[in-house]
Amino acid sequence: MLKITNLHASVAGNEILKGLNLELKAGEVHAIMGPNGAGKSTLGNVLAGREGYEVTQGEIIFNGKNLLELEPEERACEGVFLAFQYPVEIPGVNNTYFLRAALNAQRKYRGEEILDSVAFLRLVREKLKVLHIGDELLHRAVNEGFSGGEKKRNEIFQMAVLEPALAILDETDSGLDIDALKTVAEGVNRLRSKDRGMIVVTHYQRLLDYIVPDKVHVLADGKLVATGGAELALKLEEQGYAWLEDGGITPLDSQPAVPTARP
Amino acid sequence: MSGETSTIDKMVEQKYQHGFVTDIESDTIPPGLSADVIRAISARKSEPQWLLEWRLKAYDHWLGMEQPDWAHLNIEAIDFQAISYFSAPKSDKDRPQSLDDVDPKLLETYDKLGVPLHERARLAGVAVDAVFDSVSVGTTFKAELRKAGVIFCSFSEAVQDHPELVQKYLGSVVPQRDNYFAALNCAVFTDGSFVFIPKGVRCPMELSTYFRINAAETGQFERTLIVAEEGSHVSYLEGCTAPMRDENQLHAAVVELVALEDANIKYSTVQNWYPGDENGKGGIYNFVTKRGDCRGARSRISWTQVETGSAITWKYPSCILRGDDSVGEFYSVALTNNYQQADTGTKMIHIGRNTRSKIISKGISAGHGQNAYRGLVRITPRASNARNYTQCDSMLIGKKCGAHTFPYIEVRNPTAKVEHEATTSRIGEDQLFYCLQRGISEEDAVSMIVDGFCKQVFRELPMEFAVEAKALLEVSLEGAVG
Repeated sequence: MLKITNLHASVAGNEILKGLNLELKAGEVHAIMGPNGAGKSTLGNVLAGREGYEVTQGEIIFNGKNLLELEPEERACEGVFLAFQYPVEIPGVNNTYFLRAALNAQRKYRGEEILDSVAFLRLVREKLKVLHIGDELLHRAVNEGFSGGEKKRNEIFQMAVLEPALAILDETDSGLDIDALKTVAEGVNRLRSKDRGMIVVTHYQRLLDYIVPDKVHVLADGKLVATGGAELALKLEEQGYAWLEDGGITPLDSQPAVPTARP
Repeated sequence: MSGETSTIDKMVEQKYQHGFVTDIESDTIPPGLSADVIRAISARKSEPQWLLEWRLKAYDHWLGMEQPDWAHLNIEAIDFQAISYFSAPKSDKDRPQSLDDVDPKLLETYDKLGVPLHERARLAGVAVDAVFDSVSVGTTFKAELRKAGVIFCSFSEAVQDHPELVQKYLGSVVPQRDNYFAALNCAVFTDGSFVFIPKGVRCPMELSTYFRINAAETGQFERTLIVAEEGSHVSYLEGCTAPMRDENQLHAAVVELVALEDANIKYSTVQNWYPGDENGKGGIYNFVTKRGDCRGARSRISWTQVETGSAITWKYPSCILRGDDSVGEFYSVALTNNYQQADTGTKMIHIGRNTRSKIISKGISAGHGQNAYRGLVRITPRASNARNYTQCDSMLIGKKCGAHTFPYIEVRNPTAKVEHEATTSRIGEDQLFYCLQRGISEEDAVSMIVDGFCKQVFRELPMEFAVEAKALLEVSLEGAVG
């Protein structure tokens, strides 16, 4: 579904990603961990096509298409969804209205019929039920005055409605207390499906107690330096990221299917 | 993703959508301003002597005044002798008695503008008193209004049919000498609307007037007077578009509102005069004096305006809160694009006790647009327990535009509570990217964000107007991305 080859990207002239390789199959959940400044958020932004993130080398093939040639809104319509680390507030714009505009833009792009408000509301109610979220978020402006937990829940809710092929969760756990974290993780787990790939970007292992990944990658200095199973995350939790720099530990359980650290 | 500059360029290229000229022979007084011209205007309208004298007195005042230059506006000199002060459709000779008598070409013009004159008016439940150039040609729903005792007619008709009311209230809110442009209007005003709501009557429908400047080089000087007697309610809507012209056209209107005890007047405007082309050529000069007098206790006057047109907007709809417990409100969205300039705001003059006022101003600047909010909140010594809340937000789209805020606060009573909040923001790249990432196009994202920004004002507009205002903003900002 997603193949990233030798990706180099810079922000304001500074190279942040320095030859990243990653392959994700439909149905898989990959975690990307790494110390601050490793380029974790950059990866999400590059995939989503944010302005200011310049790809200098490499390619990203998503469902057979060259992602780098697409505008950000086209990528979204192709099924790339980024759950933001800091979802922005859009004052005065109703959350439901926003989401319907988004869904209908995507449906239009795919040549599907647009949903009227009745059909849309029916869909929204279903999704809320599945996610065990109340409908209070529907009546408010997009993220305006939301608590940190509400903002993250809203991201997951949007993801549920938009049903993306690829979801990138950028530090979705940051700023959440344990209860909020559980709610969000539960939501994510409910959205796992054989058709959907997920990349969970996180600094801490604790999220992975609730969202158990198929693979864990360690991103350091713009490259994936280690790849393993869920146990790699625990190892990191135990020993911190410092060992990466010490070069003390070799990748656990490295799998040939996934490009790993280059020597 | 296209860059900011190119998308703003796209927006700058946005053409005025109502730019066309109807070919109707105009019966126009040649350009120039003098006492004789004023006599000619008055004679053509068969006005009583007192009104002619009132006009001539205003003209005298005007001659002794100077054009104000304190606004944050760059205005080319206006040649008042190059302007024609009267223009009426030729068919005026036998004045149309009903819509059936109206020049079909004129109706076509209204069709192009989407003015709901026929069934559309009825469906919408809106009475329309359309002003084409200077003479009112059609007034609908008169009978129904008459049943309620409401007078809604052109100003000229009111002069003929209700001279005692006109004489009593004309100039009682905006004195002749109030300002340069008001004095000019007093001297040469041609037509406008007159509304009278008798004691205790709740006007059964929204009253709506569409204005339109048509003949070239003809300034339009509207005069509107609304009187709401004790305990009455009225909501008045004013909207306008103008055809494309190269010359700068002068527009100096005066609107006076009088609210007696417990009366309630809501005045809503959508202003879409021709703003000039993308290089700032042409466009309407819009110098408007709008003022409401909350004369009676517990009266309320509410101004809502959406200003997207005109090359220059100079306009401060104000409230004089004379009656105890009276309330004044001002809700404004002003958008400047290309080389448009706006200096707009309000004055809330607190005279009565326990008077309250609220100001919500939203300025949007794009292209090279300059947008200034200028507001005065004055609490006089007698106005104990007066309260004001002002919120003044500016949004910038692109890097060549400007937003300015000039709040004046004068408090002469220690019990007053005055709050002022102001924000300026550039349309957020973060907000934009958030929308794009969900699949929403740049254009839709901008109009959505701007619409959200203006929500507080739009919800004050009557429903059908709110839809129109939203559409207008979208048109004005098509292609705009910051």
